[in-house]
Amino acid sequence: MLQTVAPLLMDALANAALIFFVAFGLTLTFSVLRILNVAHGSFYSIGAYVAASAGLFIVGAGLNPWLTYPSLILSAAAVAALFGPLVEKTLVRWTYGRGEAVQILMTFGLFLILEDLQRMVFGVNSLYEDTPMALLGITEIGGVVYLNYQILLIALAALTLVGLRIFIRHTRTGRLLHVVVADREVSEAMGIDTGRMFTLAFTLGVFLAALGGALATPTTGVAPGLGAETMVLAFAVAAIGGLGQVEGAALAAVIVAAARVLAIYFAPELDAVAPYLVMLVVLLVRPYGLFGKAAVRRI
Amino acid sequence: MSSQATSAAPLLQASGLEISFGGVKAADGVNLTVHEGEFVAIIGPNGSGKTTFLNICTGYLKPSRGQVFLAGRDITQLPPRSIARQGIARAFQIPQLFTDHSLIDNLMLSIAARHGIWQALSPLDRPEYRAEAMEILELLGLAAHADTLTGTLPEGLRKLADITLAFALDPRLLVLDEPTSGVSSIERFQIMETLMKAMRSRKLSALFVEHDMDVVERYADRVVVWNAGHVMAEGRPAEVMQDPRVLESVVGVA
Amino acid sequence: MPKPLIGLAAGVALLAALPLAVPFMTFVVTLAVAKGFAALGVALLLRAGLISLGHAMYFAIGAYTTAFLMQKTGITDFAILVAASIIVATLAGLAFGAFLVRYRAIFFAMLNLAVSMVIYALCSKLYGVTGGTDGLRVGVPTVFAWVPEKAAFDTFLLYATLGLMLVLGWLGHRYLKSPLGHALAAVHTNEVRLEYLGVSAWSTLLTAYGISAGLAGLGGALSAMAIGHVLPEFAFWTESGHLVLTAVLGGVGGVAGPFIGSIFLELVHVVAVGVAAEAWNLIIGVALICVIFFLPRGLFGLIEGRRGKTGGTDL
Ligand SMILES: Nc1ncnc2c1ncn2[C@@H]1O[C@H](COP(=O)(O)OP(=O)(O)OP(=O)(O)O)[C@@H](O)[C@H]1O
Ligand SMILES: [Mg+2]
Repeated sequence: MLQTVAPLLMDALANAALIFFVAFGLTLTFSVLRILNVAHGSFYSIGAYVAASAGLFIVGAGLNPWLTYPSLILSAAAVAALFGPLVEKTLVRWTYGRGEAVQILMTFGLFLILEDLQRMVFGVNSLYEDTPMALLGITEIGGVVYLNYQILLIALAALTLVGLRIFIRHTRTGRLLHVVVADREVSEAMGIDTGRMFTLAFTLGVFLAALGGALATPTTGVAPGLGAETMVLAFAVAAIGGLGQVEGAALAAVIVAAARVLAIYFAPELDAVAPYLVMLVVLLVRPYGLFGKAAVRRI
Repeated sequence: MSSQATSAAPLLQASGLEISFGGVKAADGVNLTVHEGEFVAIIGPNGSGKTTFLNICTGYLKPSRGQVFLAGRDITQLPPRSIARQGIARAFQIPQLFTDHSLIDNLMLSIAARHGIWQALSPLDRPEYRAEAMEILELLGLAAHADTLTGTLPEGLRKLADITLAFALDPRLLVLDEPTSGVSSIERFQIMETLMKAMRSRKLSALFVEHDMDVVERYADRVVVWNAGHVMAEGRPAEVMQDPRVLESVVGVA
Repeated sequence: MPKPLIGLAAGVALLAALPLAVPFMTFVVTLAVAKGFAALGVALLLRAGLISLGHAMYFAIGAYTTAFLMQKTGITDFAILVAASIIVATLAGLAFGAFLVRYRAIFFAMLNLAVSMVIYALCSKLYGVTGGTDGLRVGVPTVFAWVPEKAAFDTFLLYATLGLMLVLGWLGHRYLKSPLGHALAAVHTNEVRLEYLGVSAWSTLLTAYGISAGLAGLGGALSAMAIGHVLPEFAFWTESGHLVLTAVLGGVGGVAGPFIGSIFLELVHVVAVGVAAEAWNLIIGVALICVIFFLPRGLFGLIEGRRGKTGGTDL
């Protein structure tokens, strides 16, 4: 029994960890900027492309293979540094207060642009670079084999969740962010530089997406079309958890990943659809997600 | 007039309504009846739950306890659209208009809604709707603004425009949330005169929230005094105004 | 004759005459108008402030219905194929719409995208029904008792498509001017007031959603006949993006906008395909952002000139 269930569970949790990074970034950006960035998934795939390319370069140049680890993180940081402030300050900022239709169209336009740019820069072939995973090896407990890299992913996701909580509660910037989320008008009246907070939150969101992509390359590689799939998956997870709810996103990531792994093992043709079926069922019962609340307009 | 009103059949009956938001009890055992043909005013300090009460009566909010009856039928759980179809029309404290439409289009849409919105191929702008809309606009003195986008109307007129939308539904009961707020006290009486004339000519009953004591005294058959989510006093305006508790809680605020 | 009618007559005459002068334009114009139907569907929802990022799925459903009926049942009659495609797409739209129109803004956009990705996955995986990633071939339909050659049918298809554009465009125009059409715009500006008038926003939207799906299905069926082949890519999200761009570019103020947008884009595509085939999505994306910045009322807004006195048409 354990022999079959344990690896399944591990797969599910590692999968959940990766989805969580993206969904977390999406939900964080949404809660601060009140904008859902349709191009968010593209940052995931760009992070993956950059990390895979960097990894291939390190291995190809015969450098120390352990360098692939810092390169995963640095790739995500580079993507965030390049795109975060640029996109927020030019495109996204312009849409504040202009209605959701404009925000959706604007970020969707960005998404289309980024899809073609990726194809131009990285080509149409899939990239695969698994050195980080191979380096860590495996652990055998009670006759069950686990990939250490998967354990690392799960630990990292948990750390990120806890780390963000600490950041929000115990740092000055974190508390300011919290105030902006709680009440934007009040925070502006208090003299908080909301523009800076928006740039910061958006960049952090891009970083989390790119990090998810970078960390995914050793296990799954990266191919064209990944951005769109990830975007919808991340939205599904964020919507199941309740848009803007970080803990909800974490729980939803686990549920979706579990559904997906179950589908892979028991009904492979349902693999791609499983997350959406879960989303459908959850939203039918709770239209704003597990932890979400409907915003009733005061009249 | 009021003696005849109280002997008439009850039109709207609310009993034991309760609702709270977080810790705030916005309705705390509200009982209130409006009779056929009666004009009932609600007064009370800010935040005492007047709008909340109207929200419950019109189906926008569901009370955690209590019931609302319209002519004997339980409407507590119905959505606003069903209650509107059963004869309660409402104007809002903050005007709710179709701001991208002209005033007359707003009104014709309201008239069309009454006649049945399910017409996909005949135009909204047709002579009979237009005539009826103009009639209402003239009744309330807005005819000059028929072609103005409601989003660009000045605040006071927007309020009146909002009332015309409720009027166009040809309701049995008109619910008005502070129809005269945001205008000078002279205009206040002009507006109320027009409204009263219009409502009398159509034999409507009305429930309206009003801060101005003079307006209440002059136009209401009965006044209900709100305080912290419940009815503190009610009766003829002249009598209720003598009550020291009422004076203390309301007059200072009005 | 009023000015808009003259413009309309001139435009349609040009579209009808162009292929006589330049034969390969038959295909281009047919496809442009066919996609215009789908864009019109998207534009209807835009009037209610709703952006569907998944409407290519109904285009695909219409296209596959035509292809499937021709291949698997032997039905070849043009009218039956078109009618069946519209009906299937409309029913699918009503089924999904019943759930989807409870949502607004980003939820509506993303849930449409999610459903369309499921449809895309089904199109590429259900080999028995859809032919998988190879898609299905579409032969030359018959028209009542007439069994035309491919070239003759293409000519017929062009004029049938133009005819449908006029008829459905007129019906669409009536719809937008009707109480139900105004209620659609009213959902956007003040849903609370609409409900307080006794009108169900859900039913109003579901009606529009069903119509929009039917229009997209019609576009799909006509495209399938013009192209001669259907592929899962018809349902892909980039196609949905294309439809949104078409509607926004053309303008959502009236029924003419989406067709103008579609014809404009298809002509640009003919030029661009030689120069920058790899960058088509990039071009669409940049165009979308530029339209939002500079042309909030679309090309139709340019033609129409000053803002009309009523009816919100900006984004
Ligand atoms: N949807 C809501 N969510 C949370 N609290 C609410 C909501 N609606 C009303 N309240 C609260 O309930 C109380 C009563 O509000 P309500 O608007 O009914 O008062 P009111 O008597 O109409 O006041 P005013 O004279 O200012 O219009 C207030 O404390 C208000 O903040
Ligand atoms: Mg109030």
